[in-house]
Order: sequence, then C-alpha cells, then structure tokens
Amino acid sequence: MQEELIRRAKELLGDGTVVRVMGWRKGDLSFNPEPALFETEESLAEFVYDGFCGANLSKYMIKLSKLEGKTLVFLKPCDTYSFNQLVKEHRVDREKAYIIGVGCDGSLDVDAMKEKGAKGIQEITEDGDTVTVRAIYGDKTFDREDVILERCRACKGGAHMVYDELASNADEEKPARDGRFSLVEKIEVMDPKERFAFWQNELSRCIRCNACRNVCPACSCIKCVFDNDRYDTAQKANADTFEEQMFHIIRAFHVAGRCTDCGECSRVCPEHIPLHLLNRKFIKDINTFYGDYQAGADTDSRAPLTNFTTEDVEPSIVQERG
Amino acid sequence: MSIEAKNENKEFKPLIVAFCCNWCSYAGADLAGSSRLAYPADVKIIRVPCSCRVNPLFILRAFQKGADGVILCGCHPGDCHYSTGNYYARRRMTLLFSMLDYLGVENGRTRVEWVSAAEGVKFSQTMNEFVEKIYSLGENVRLEDLRCKKN
Repeated sequence: MQEELIRRAKELLGDGTVVRVMGWRKGDLSFNPEPALFETEESLAEFVYDGFCGANLSKYMIKLSKLEGKTLVFLKPCDTYSFNQLVKEHRVDREKAYIIGVGCDGSLDVDAMKEKGAKGIQEITEDGDTVTVRAIYGDKTFDREDVILERCRACKGGAHMVYDELASNADEEKPARDGRFSLVEKIEVMDPKERFAFWQNELSRCIRCNACRNVCPACSCIKCVFDNDRYDTAQKANADTFEEQMFHIIRAFHVAGRCTDCGECSRVCPEHIPLHLLNRKFIKDINTFYGDYQAGADTDSRAPLTNFTTEDVEPSIVQERG
Repeated sequence: MSIEAKNENKEFKPLIVAFCCNWCSYAGADLAGSSRLAYPADVKIIRVPCSCRVNPLFILRAFQKGADGVILCGCHPGDCHYSTGNYYARRRMTLLFSMLDYLGVENGRTRVEWVSAAEGVKFSQTMNEFVEKIYSLGENVRLEDLRCKKN
C-alpha cells in the first residue's frame, strides 16, 4: 500500500500536478509516524502509511492552501469530513488540494497494546486482521479489533466525502458501525453527583498542554480565546482562572455543530482523557433535537447553531426528559 | 476550624443570576416592581440587549463565580426586538444546559423563560418558582472544581 502511494505521489510531483505532498513520515519509533511535508521525490523515501497513521491531515491544509501551487494530501475516510467542514468554513481552498482518498482498517492504538501486556515494544507488524508485536518482554499477537482506537469502534464508514482519486485499498462500501453514543448514554444514566465525580476524575488529570486544541481541525481560529495576549511572546500561561477551569467545556461548545467526531482530541491526549465524549454529547443532542446532522458530510448546509426553526424545542426539554 | 463550623450553621442563601432582555423581561421586572409584586432578593438581574447577547460563557462564568442557579429571560419566540435573536439563544441554551447536566450540574439549576414587558405577574411567579426550586436543590456543585482532584 505504502509503495503504491509513494509511486503515485512521485508521478504527481513529476508531472507538475502538485508541488508538495502532505503525508506521514516514519517517526523515531515504529508506532509513532508523524505528519510531514515532502517537497522532493527523494524525500518521499521516508513516507509511511500504516495503521499508526491516525493523524488527520486536514488541518495542515489551512496553511498549505495559502501557498503557491497545489498540495497532494492523503485523507482517510473520516479525515475527509474534517476537510469538507473546513471548505465549508472557507478555511481551506478546495482548488489548492489534490486529494487521494486512502482506505483505513481502523487506526491502531499503542496504549491499548501496552495495556494488554506488550512491554518494551520494538517492532509492530500488521497482517490483515492480526497485529504482531515484537517486544523485549515477550512477543504478542493481537486481533486488530482489540487494539484499535476507541473512535474507530464507532467508525463512520469507508466512504470518502471528498477526493480527486481513490487509492486501491479504499473501500467505499465499508458500512458505518453502531454504538457511537453508547459511552455517552452510560454517563447520562448516572445521577448528577456521579457524573460530576466522573468528569472531575477525568478533567483533573488535564495538564493544559493544549494538544487537543492544536490538533482539532475545527479549532482553526486565527485568534483563539485561550491564547494569552498579555505578553508579546507566544506561551501557554493561562489568561485567567476562568479559561483554565472551564477550558474543556468552552472548547467543546466552540466546536459544537462543527465537530465531525474525528476523535483526534482523545488520540493526542497524553493523559487519556476521553474528550470526544464531550463533543459526542453535543452531536447526540443536535441529532435528537434538530434532526440528524453530520458536520462535514456536505459543504453547503447550515450548521445547527447558525440556524433555527420557529418550532425548535424549548430549553426546558433538558428537565423534562429527566 | 472555626470558619468551617460557622459556614455549616449558616442558613443557605442561594445566589441566582437572571439575565434579562432589555426589551421585554427587564421591563417585565420593572412592571413587577411597580405593581408591588414580590420576588426574592436572591435573584440578581443582569440587563442584556437581547437574550441572544448571552454568550454561553456568561452562564459558565456565573457558575464559576458560585451561582446556584442561572435563569435567562427573553422575548417570546417571534417577538424578538431584533427579529430572530431569541431563536438562536434557544438553540444555544438548550445545548449548553444539556451539557451542564451531563457534567453534573442538576438540570433544575438552569432555565429559560420567555417573559414579555406586559407580564409582570409572570416575571414574579417565575422568579418565585425558580428560587423555590433552587432552595430545594440546595447548594450547587462548584463547577470550578471540575479541574481539581478530590483528596
């Protein structure tokens, strides 16, 4: 697969269709490839595409679409929703991107492997539905299903929402999976004190590294409310206690109705806070109150929070449904 | 030691913030006053130009500062001074209140009520009911503690 993508990227660079390639590069370990920009055919030797390429490349297109010439970008099915949403918000220029839709069998989660007893991971090889881990303290073989990211268990399906061409492993027919809201429902049935304790336990671990904000394709404001402008340098000092304490709620609300549920926030969180459960709650509410809506599925519908009908439910619905 | 003991014996006095639209419920509150209708002094009114002016962050701010309940009063749907403001506010508040409920703030602590300038009676009734509800719920969780580890 990787070879096919490299070959195609070289062709497109060679015939001048694109002037740069946005993809993934091998990281320092076998399980942490990183997003990277390739500008020459030689540099593509470092290109990788495997189960750990979970990173969503859509957000990089904001900057890249401001540059001269087209950029080739590889998007997995769920990444195309984010790209479409950015097109809708006029943050990226569709004409400046050449999109190759790549297939995805679910992104792998190295932490799940570590939890299941793989210690001192040296090399990971994927073979269809099994993943073999060569580790210092004993080799392990896992079913792929057991070690994919939580977001992939609620996969939106294999269809690409936007693309110029599809790679050979793209499976447009792959069905969406159920159970997207099962974790949200589990929290909803708790009583208020339990819910508060649950979130307190999760959110108190936050170290405010801002990784969730920086990776989020919906968080694309040029000036963010969480940026501290008290000093002339960029730094992470909190602007005030309010933004520090309410960070997650504010961020979830700011992306409500625009979040495509790509799950990047939870993937990058170094403290493993299930941040996507906040966003999914908003998505679930929007679906129940205002009809099913998937951000990024198209580029012309109005977002639920910039729209209304005269027959909308009253806010008292929150009390009435108990 | 003494401070805590004192606080325990203190009677619960709720802090309730009411955001009132300048064009309707704020005038409704005036009417309630001039008609000599009583509503509890626990309610602190903040005047806003439209219910739509209430950024969801205002509500969070109120809770962070220790509010026990927040109520938003605006014009009846269809009667907005700016035509459509309250329709947007309605969607926003529905989602925000649902989220606050999800985070563990009891759903009775947030409320939206449509009160026109002519409804002084409704204003005082609403406030009386809401304050009663807050008294029955007791002290609110401290939303600012959401980021603080217990123990």
